[in-house]
Amino acid sequence: MKYLCLIYENEKSWESMPQSDAEGIMNEYFAFTEDIRKSGKYVAGEALQPTPTATTVRVRNGKISTTDGPFVETKEQLGGFYLIDAKDLNDAIQVAARIPSARLGGIEVRPVVDFSAEASKREESAGAKA
Amino acid sequence: MTRDSRPVTQDTVEQTFRTDSRRVLATLIRLLGDFDLAEEAMQEAFSAAVERWPQEGVPRNPRAWLISTGRFKAIDLLRRRARFNASLQPLADQLGDGITQPEEIEEEGVQDDRLRLIFTCCHPALPPDAQVALTLREVCGLTTEEIARAFLAPAPTLAQRIVRAKAKIKVAKIPYQVPARTDLPERLASVLQVIYLVFNEGYSASSGASLTRHDLSAEAIRLGRLLGELLPEPEAMGLLALMLLHESRRETRTSPDGELVLLDEQDRTRWNRELIDEGVALVERSMRCRQFGPFTLQAAIAAIHAEAASAETTDWAEIVGLYDVLLRADPSPVVELNRAAAVAMRDGPAAGLTLIDGILARGDLQDYQLAHAARAELCRRLGQTSDSVASYRRALSLTLQEPQRRFIEKRLSELAKS
Repeated sequence: MKYLCLIYENEKSWESMPQSDAEGIMNEYFAFTEDIRKSGKYVAGEALQPTPTATTVRVRNGKISTTDGPFVETKEQLGGFYLIDAKDLNDAIQVAARIPSARLGGIEVRPVVDFSAEASKREESAGAKA
Repeated sequence: MTRDSRPVTQDTVEQTFRTDSRRVLATLIRLLGDFDLAEEAMQEAFSAAVERWPQEGVPRNPRAWLISTGRFKAIDLLRRRARFNASLQPLADQLGDGITQPEEIEEEGVQDDRLRLIFTCCHPALPPDAQVALTLREVCGLTTEEIARAFLAPAPTLAQRIVRAKAKIKVAKIPYQVPARTDLPERLASVLQVIYLVFNEGYSASSGASLTRHDLSAEAIRLGRLLGELLPEPEAMGLLALMLLHESRRETRTSPDGELVLLDEQDRTRWNRELIDEGVALVERSMRCRQFGPFTLQAAIAAIHAEAASAETTDWAEIVGLYDVLLRADPSPVVELNRAAAVAMRDGPAAGLTLIDGILARGDLQDYQLAHAARAELCRRLGQTSDSVASYRRALSLTLQEPQRRFIEKRLSELAKS
């Protein structure tokens, strides 16, 4: 079962951090990524540029409107993610707890929708109606 | 299968439902992997028992018979649904494969199932109010209406809470298992919190006319006993001890006309000795394990009160010492407040008042009714009438419970006369 681990932390804390600390955390990230690759739980993962580089796009009445910044302002910002394949939620929690930023901010663990299962549910309701 | 020949009535089935329905459900959830399907299967298994036991006799192992029958009923249910949804067919077949005869359903797995059920209902990924509702529904077998009444909440709200929690278990795939040793402290803390919340809701209703709602406290103690039996961890024993020691004083907490009676004015001869003895023995057992935590420490404090003949002869120095340890283990302004009250008893009201004023000055307990009531009481004892009146008024503005309101109003009218 796939879970998306969204990494939230205060991006300002990275700015004020001594470089040696930041390097230490980055090394932890490399080691962690390597480790979950080996365990077969890694599906994908990326780090994001900070929110001042973000753009929010909306389309209303067919017109594109573009604004700067993230969709919602929060104390902690989305800074990156891992998509993992875990046995169940407890397993996913164990993986998320090892993401270095779990100690600095928080990791939101979200189950990913399985569209093949969703499709068979739709067939079911269609069949029930027929 | 051998059957015994005792006369079978509706009562036998009802009796079995009362004693075993939760165990049957817990095992069916494991076997079927679905709360709702397990609930339906269990109901059908008991319906089958009502029909068949009177004719065929009570099976040798009724619980195993019910589990096995429930499993067959679930397969039937899935096969009927598979006519409309082909994707259910493999699941029905899978359940049908390797089906066990009732004799093969082992006792040990069944014991673990009840723990699995408790830990799943109290999973920290579920919202706290949903953990409470789900535990009372699935582990204790209360109806949604009963839970709603106990928490003074509308039944549809409670029902929705339970439906959402079950949906999250399924969608986020919360596993049906007892946590690994490494996760146990955090996961157990979550279970203990749920049980204590249920107890407190029953012991001191947060609003309304009645000070105690006995059913919820009894339910929490039942849960605490079950947990202590299945998983005798020090803190599980500590929590059970704490609940038993509080419970031992229940009868004396209110006067016959429903007025609040404080600890130092309670009739100690009416405290329930049996509960106290059981509670004290549990505290001692837990403290010997040396891995005890906040619940055991609070129970140890309650035990000192329970064993003292009066407020004056209570070992207040020992109580202050225990609060010191508790503050280190689990720092909180409420614990600090309780420690201040114990210091007032050990060193006099002025010493306690200094501590309470310090806590209030930090702003931590400004809206906590008991902090102002405690301050008012110490000022009263020191003869500082106007300060006492001001604090009682502040406490009164924060309290929702009728008996506590009446208690404070009584104190205020006494102060007005002095």
